[in-house]
Amino acid sequence: MFDTLTLSHLPPEDEALRAPVRTLIARTLAGLPNDKRARSWQGFDADFSRQLGAAGYLGLTLPQRYGGAARGPFARFVVVEELLSAGAPVAAHWIADRQSAPLILNYGTEAQREFYLPRVCRGETFFCIGMSEPGSGSDLASVRTRAERTSQGWRLNGQKIWTTNAMQSDYMIALVRTSGEPKDRHAGLSQLIVDLRSPGVTIRPIVDLTGDAHFAEVFFDNVELADDALIGQEGAGWTQVMAELAFERSGPERIYSSVVLLDAWLRHVASLGRRGDAARLAGQLTGQLAALRALSVAVTARLDAGESPILEASVVKDLGTTFEQSVPVLIGDDLGAHPDEPVDSELYRTLLYVSHIAPSFSLRGGTREILRGIIARGLGLR
Amino acid sequence: MDSSEFLHPFTRLLEDLAGSADIRRIEAGGSLAELWDSFEASGFLDALTPEVAGGAGLGLSDVEPLWQALGRYVVPAPVGETMIARALLAQAGLEAPRGPIVLAAAKDLRTGPIPLALVADWALVETGERLVLGRLREASVGGTGVHNSLAATLAWPAEPQGLSTTAPSGGLRPLGAILRAAAIAGAADRLLEMTVAYANDRVQFAKPIGRQQAVQQQLAVMAEQVVCARIAAQLGCACGFPPQLAAAAVAKQIASSAAVQVANIAHGVHGAIGVSEEHDLQLFTRRLHEWRLTDGSEAYWAERLGALRLDSPAASSVEFIRAIA
Repeated sequence: MFDTLTLSHLPPEDEALRAPVRTLIARTLAGLPNDKRARSWQGFDADFSRQLGAAGYLGLTLPQRYGGAARGPFARFVVVEELLSAGAPVAAHWIADRQSAPLILNYGTEAQREFYLPRVCRGETFFCIGMSEPGSGSDLASVRTRAERTSQGWRLNGQKIWTTNAMQSDYMIALVRTSGEPKDRHAGLSQLIVDLRSPGVTIRPIVDLTGDAHFAEVFFDNVELADDALIGQEGAGWTQVMAELAFERSGPERIYSSVVLLDAWLRHVASLGRRGDAARLAGQLTGQLAALRALSVAVTARLDAGESPILEASVVKDLGTTFEQSVPVLIGDDLGAHPDEPVDSELYRTLLYVSHIAPSFSLRGGTREILRGIIARGLGLR
Repeated sequence: MDSSEFLHPFTRLLEDLAGSADIRRIEAGGSLAELWDSFEASGFLDALTPEVAGGAGLGLSDVEPLWQALGRYVVPAPVGETMIARALLAQAGLEAPRGPIVLAAAKDLRTGPIPLALVADWALVETGERLVLGRLREASVGGTGVHNSLAATLAWPAEPQGLSTTAPSGGLRPLGAILRAAAIAGAADRLLEMTVAYANDRVQFAKPIGRQQAVQQQLAVMAEQVVCARIAAQLGCACGFPPQLAAAAVAKQIASSAAVQVANIAHGVHGAIGVSEEHDLQLFTRRLHEWRLTDGSEAYWAERLGALRLDSPAASSVEFIRAIA
């Protein structure tokens, strides 16, 4: 069962991207402390995103006529793996590059592609995703934000919440109801591109337990949108969102969220020359990460084959986030088990940052319980 | 070479030879002779043996699906071990005798429990830098006393006499580890199928238990562990023969850890009937526990992999794991 996930290899022409992107990262981010790097794909640096765009590392999978590199998912895997390994602040372009651009390419009109995609590739235009609402978390189909047809386009009313990077983004792709009632479930949902500078849009950042404000509440009060705000087909929003979530769930960011902490701890124990229990833990975490990486490459191979590996991505995301969450627990236990050993404050801050934010790893992009439900359905249960 | 052209006839062979009645008969002390003769005649025992030595000359990654199949059918004969032993001997220009061979990583000529040693004729014994093919009837063979187990400890009063060659780098244990990892992956997949089928069939509270979310979540975890064991086994077998130490370490660590979780969930879902001797479930779950302990458990390989990691010049975890396999 699930035998579509088999060992796959990154093609040499895509591996060739690794060295230059690593050089760019080393040059640009020298001196960035580990507790900042540990923000991983939640670290926001618009300038860094523009540099990546200028160097040709954004929109790798998009056609050249829209400013992309016309490469496959393996090329993106290599670049993303290097960025995550270094803890590069990639949040500014992350959602646009990962989800919004493929969505616009797949479902957008030619005019929408020509307008948005080159800007995404240059690292100039940032997107956020409007899914959750106060009453709609895991039960996404119950969204109540509503867009009504007007003579010029759409009038939007409602509220989104937990929207990552809304305050720094230019556009939101929002899942909204365009017909029917919440009880109609998947029918009557559509996706709209909302210019967040439009009158009637209010964004309130939400501070999280680490002191960051990476997500926000977004209010829509009679926001007037043009006709071409609709992306894809009216009423097909649910199908489009599911295809988009396959992109969101399938990347290596689902195994590497704690890797900056892991590497900082490995340097710590190596510098002390500690072995025994430290070697065992180092091997446990390294072995698990090696298996997860093999699975992540295997999911990428499904994307490369033109599939939408929703089921496979759910398996790897659940395994990956479980690993990511175990890293601060086990490293914390190890450091705490050696109370007389000096731990520098940067490693301590990194550990506590990851410990505090780790619960979000299995919430964002679909909770553990939802993913396991998808896997169970894939097994032929229900 | 496309390994699927071998897998299909191999699987058919296992279906014919290793039904649950055959396993039970051999576990009860019945003869392996007829079953083994069929394996000898099939040519599969020389799958890894180089073509110049009369073998099929397959690579480890081609043979890995066959090893999974051996686990899937819990074949009560050391087929994978004999493939490895014959290949190691053939590399030294030696032709192995007929008969089942087990792998014995020995310290001071004594071993821990070795699966299927009770039905083997030979052991390829690792004695320091050398491998020697010793006859089991010249060894002291100690049953484990575990119910229906075919494992045994082996000891020799003096270094056995027989065909001899240099031990591969890293010894026999990495080879045993990837074989066990593949067998665990195969048996785990079979257990997943059995357990999903049972959950869809067994009715409680007026509906199949597979409709209970709590049971579904357990089965999802089981499926994830099956997927982990399989990719780990493939990773272990992805490089040359003998395998890279780090790849073998990942394979066995992940598969051993999965083995326990898969066995526990299979039993949890099956309920009381799963722990009865009459039900086939125990044929698989007992093997998972045995293979987990053989050739190094998860902690053994974690510690070895960790030592490699801490001594490595790799600047990051990504750099280190990219070099595995």
